[in-house]
Amino acid sequence: MVLVLAAIAVAFFALPLVGLLWRAPWSNAWDYLTTDDALTALRLSLWCSAWSTLASFVLGVPLAWTLARVPFRGNGVVRALCTLSMVLPPVVGGVALFFALGRRGIVGQWLDDWFGIRLPFTTAGVIVAQTFVAMPFLVITVEAALRQMDRRVEDAARTLGASSWYTFRRVTLPAIRPALIAGGVLAWARALGEFGATITFAGNFPGTTQTLPLAIYLSLETNPEAAIVLALLMIAISFAVLVGLRDRWFGRQTRPELSA
Amino acid sequence: MSLVADLSVQLGTLDLQAELRVADGELLALLGPNGAGKSTALRAVAGLQPLHGGTVQVDDTVLDQPTAGTFVPPERRPIGVVFQDHLLFAHMSVVENVAFGLRARNTPKAEARRRAHEWLERVGLAATANDRPSALSGGQAQRVALARALAIDPRVLLLDEPLAALDAGTRAMVRRDLRRHLASFAGMRLLVTHDPVDAYALADRVAVLEAGRIVQTGTLAEVAAHPRSRYVADLVGVNLVTGKVTGGVLHTDRGAQVVIADAPAGPSFAVIRPHSLTITRDAPAGASTRNVWRGVITDIDRLGERARVGVEGELPLTAEITLAALDALALRPGDDVHVGAKATDIEVYPA
Repeated sequence: MVLVLAAIAVAFFALPLVGLLWRAPWSNAWDYLTTDDALTALRLSLWCSAWSTLASFVLGVPLAWTLARVPFRGNGVVRALCTLSMVLPPVVGGVALFFALGRRGIVGQWLDDWFGIRLPFTTAGVIVAQTFVAMPFLVITVEAALRQMDRRVEDAARTLGASSWYTFRRVTLPAIRPALIAGGVLAWARALGEFGATITFAGNFPGTTQTLPLAIYLSLETNPEAAIVLALLMIAISFAVLVGLRDRWFGRQTRPELSA
Repeated sequence: MSLVADLSVQLGTLDLQAELRVADGELLALLGPNGAGKSTALRAVAGLQPLHGGTVQVDDTVLDQPTAGTFVPPERRPIGVVFQDHLLFAHMSVVENVAFGLRARNTPKAEARRRAHEWLERVGLAATANDRPSALSGGQAQRVALARALAIDPRVLLLDEPLAALDAGTRAMVRRDLRRHLASFAGMRLLVTHDPVDAYALADRVAVLEAGRIVQTGTLAEVAAHPRSRYVADLVGVNLVTGKVTGGVLHTDRGAQVVIADAPAGPSFAVIRPHSLTITRDAPAGASTRNVWRGVITDIDRLGERARVGVEGELPLTAEITLAALDALALRPGDDVHVGAKATDIEVYPA
């Protein structure tokens, strides 16, 4: 009985993929992939997701460290706030970003007045939207690893003369390396697939803000065959990420590096 | 030139108030049961646990003194630590582990590696230099941890239960190794252990810590000869009786009387060695110098040619008798017996 239900579950996930593969225009798939629009969207997707992953590391690792190591009142509230965008519909996140960083937004207003920086409907806006939804994946992964690791190893480093910064770089970060990789890849995959926040906050302009998911959505109306090919491309990328991650993500308890 | 540690730390249910002195070249063992505050004391000396009161001072330098607002962080203390389960860095090779402290102090990489290699040679592990710590045995890992701590040339070396993580088979050998390597370090050494065998093998002097307080200090021989707590008495395997001496008799709090040879009046301890006790089924028709207490056998442990017999009664005692005597009397737990002791076999000293 359990196996039957499990098989239905597998079919549930496999069928849409089969449907795409069934309908894919294999004979001219390569042509669809190499059109200017597709290549532009792919290039923009890779560019933006790389930057938002980097931004997630630069801001997310210190945030994870603070949540894991600095005891302060309201810790739980801050964590909830910073991971809210994981459960929020991305469109809601996009709208919220618009009212914060848009030209009439509370921060966007003076960004424009003082620095002439306008985020909505720009490539930078795409990166902001992607970072907004992607960073929490990195934060919770890294925070969990920081909580799990044996802090006495850091104590040992301190007694050997390492400053807290040297200890962080040479001992803490290497100890949580698997989590950094897993969290980084998850955040990157989330940024790559980001749709709702991007289209709401950054719009849908080919070359500046039209990423691959947006291009797929748009060509469903005009050119369904091209949409299928681009969709398969995204599936291939995501699948490769999951397969590459399976040991680090699903087999964590058995990995000796984390406990050592 | 010495380590002065007057430690006052409150941590959860632990209230640590301990004064420790370690002279140059001396090895002091801090001996105590689990939860007594030994590791907290060691962490306080290392700077990993800030003091709430008191002082930590090495030579002429004050490292921690809350009243003066002085606190030197662990990385700037002249103190090396060997931790209980070694805590080697799993992602570095053995030689990188030993070089870590030098690198952290901005020693150039080549120089740090050269000195780390020297240390590995000194502890006989040059061949493992490029291995990961996970490839080492427990004893080897400990020698690496020792080399790593000594490579930074500390004035004080702290060792936290260095033998507790090892299995019984390798313990004796590692203990011997450790003794040899510790002897080559000329600074002050503080060893935390719950095992008197470690203290006996390694330490010049012991301080006994119980429930956050130092209850006794001295050489191990002194401490063993005149235990001042139930814990120490159990460690050295003797019966300790506390009470008040009046007129050649020690009266315990529970109302038992111990006839003693000669001792000044007042609160006192009495040590009754298990092998000086006799066990009989009937009250012995004895001389006036004999003490006889009634009791019930609670447990019998056979150890080689002898057996330790626990007797519960007005004066709880452990007696050690030969197996022959045990078999002749056919003693079983639950039997009523009489325990006898000569007054001259009981050592009494003021509390």
